[in-house]
Amino acid sequence: MAAIELSGVVKRFGPITAVDGLDLEVPEGICLGLLGPNGAGKSTTMRLLTGQAIADAGTLQVLGHELPADSKAARAEMGVVPQLDNLDVDVTVEDNLAIFARLYRVPDVGAAVDAALDLARLRERRRDAVDELSGGMRRRLLLARGLVHQPRLVLLDEPTVGLDPQIRTELWTLIGTLKARGTTILMSTHYIEEAERLADEVAVMHQGRIISRGTPTALIGEHAGRQTAEVYGPAERLTTVRADAESQGFRVRPAGPAIAIVGSERAVDGIVPQDAVWRAASLEDVFVLLTGEEAE
Amino acid sequence: MRRLEPAAIAGVMSREVANFRTYWKGTTFSSVLEPIVYLLAFGLGLGATLVDEVAGIPYIEFVGTGMVATAVIFASALPAMFGTFVKHRFQNTYQAILAAPVDVEELVSAEMLWIGARAGFYGCFPLLVTFAFGLDPAWGMLLVPLFGFVTALGFAGFGVAMAASVAKIDQFNYVTALFVTPLFLVAGSFFPISGLPEGLQALAQINPLHQLVELVRGAAFGFATEDLLRFAFLVGFALLTWRIAIARMRKRLID
Repeated sequence: MAAIELSGVVKRFGPITAVDGLDLEVPEGICLGLLGPNGAGKSTTMRLLTGQAIADAGTLQVLGHELPADSKAARAEMGVVPQLDNLDVDVTVEDNLAIFARLYRVPDVGAAVDAALDLARLRERRRDAVDELSGGMRRRLLLARGLVHQPRLVLLDEPTVGLDPQIRTELWTLIGTLKARGTTILMSTHYIEEAERLADEVAVMHQGRIISRGTPTALIGEHAGRQTAEVYGPAERLTTVRADAESQGFRVRPAGPAIAIVGSERAVDGIVPQDAVWRAASLEDVFVLLTGEEAE
Repeated sequence: MRRLEPAAIAGVMSREVANFRTYWKGTTFSSVLEPIVYLLAFGLGLGATLVDEVAGIPYIEFVGTGMVATAVIFASALPAMFGTFVKHRFQNTYQAILAAPVDVEELVSAEMLWIGARAGFYGCFPLLVTFAFGLDPAWGMLLVPLFGFVTALGFAGFGVAMAASVAKIDQFNYVTALFVTPLFLVAGSFFPISGLPEGLQALAQINPLHQLVELVRGAAFGFATEDLLRFAFLVGFALLTWRIAIARMRKRLID
């Protein structure tokens, strides 16, 4: 049984269609990265899965429960780590965890809090108010709060958005621990590196639907080939190089101050300039080619 | 899973209790000081110079018993309005709670019960302070926390519904000016409503605060048969605002 099965899901907000015929299956035990630019429909999908948005069309099943009718039972078995920090800042670390242990009807609240404190490495700070914690500690606490009831499925909604690199790495380590336990994870992100490092499979979401899905390696192979050549120079030169490459059937994307010729291992002489910088094709190439958006 | 699960309601209330432990001192301080200030100003000031007694009750005791209603509305409607708005719009607290196995009905019920319990408790403070100004204790006063609780439930529901209805926090100024202040002024707390024009007297009869004032005075000075109807009215008010608050919050929280 899949942990999540969405079929033909549509969600509209007035004239805007945020989710547009979404089909998504997440098998148990994997970490699926939902990768997409801002506005792709990732957060709306997360809200649909937690019953905080009701689909206009389609069917949703989470851990065997039909949504929205049986959403409460589904939520009892899943943990949610939100994009925004919504901890109770005046309350102690352990009370923040205990409140959610009670909301999830955990029989032994004390033991659940202790386990979550260990996971977040916050045992020493258990009696401190959240206000007194560093940004990294707060993020670890937020993650631990979503796991206090040891859920079968965890939804991570942009878990490291806006964080500095050090805190991001700390979070990735924690998510890695979760993966090692075999917990099913659906993680929305618009960070390529995050998806590449953590996800067993990546589903690229754009304009409310999945436009491609596979392991990072398979996606790169399918859409970007083996190598990418980055060409730097004045704008006029880049325009010429781009036109030449595209006339030969190559896909070219902007890459900051450069252009990237994707699948350049197939290039014949003259298409890729001598001074181009060659590198392995990446998930970022796939993301930009598929969505037309700059990667982060 | 069932509707209105006690465990879900208790879980939401435990969050309120944990937060309350961080600010109870300030709330308690103002709950004690405010009736003292009012009693000194109205009871001793006005009572000593203009009004001796009302309907056979010494004016300071008339005001002291009436102020239970004032304490209840300010401890219920305002926290429900501002607290709900802040938790929803600024702190995203409700989004976190609703991601757990808690539905909007349970969330709103828990918020109302907590506010009702707190306001029912703090609503008794004016009565306790009035003892120091000469009010005699009476057995019926043991029911005052219950009267305050039921009334506060109604005003908590009103506050939650308002919080779910306004677009900006500034709009609470309209709610306060149009509803809270008039209700508090024509409740009969500081002067008998029999002195009001007939139209306002009729309106006062559907003012839940007036019913509370009369119930508290009944508790202090002797109940009348119609007090049962007054209590039933307050229960009906609480039930009505409870359902409205749930409907409004559901519309606000679930897309």
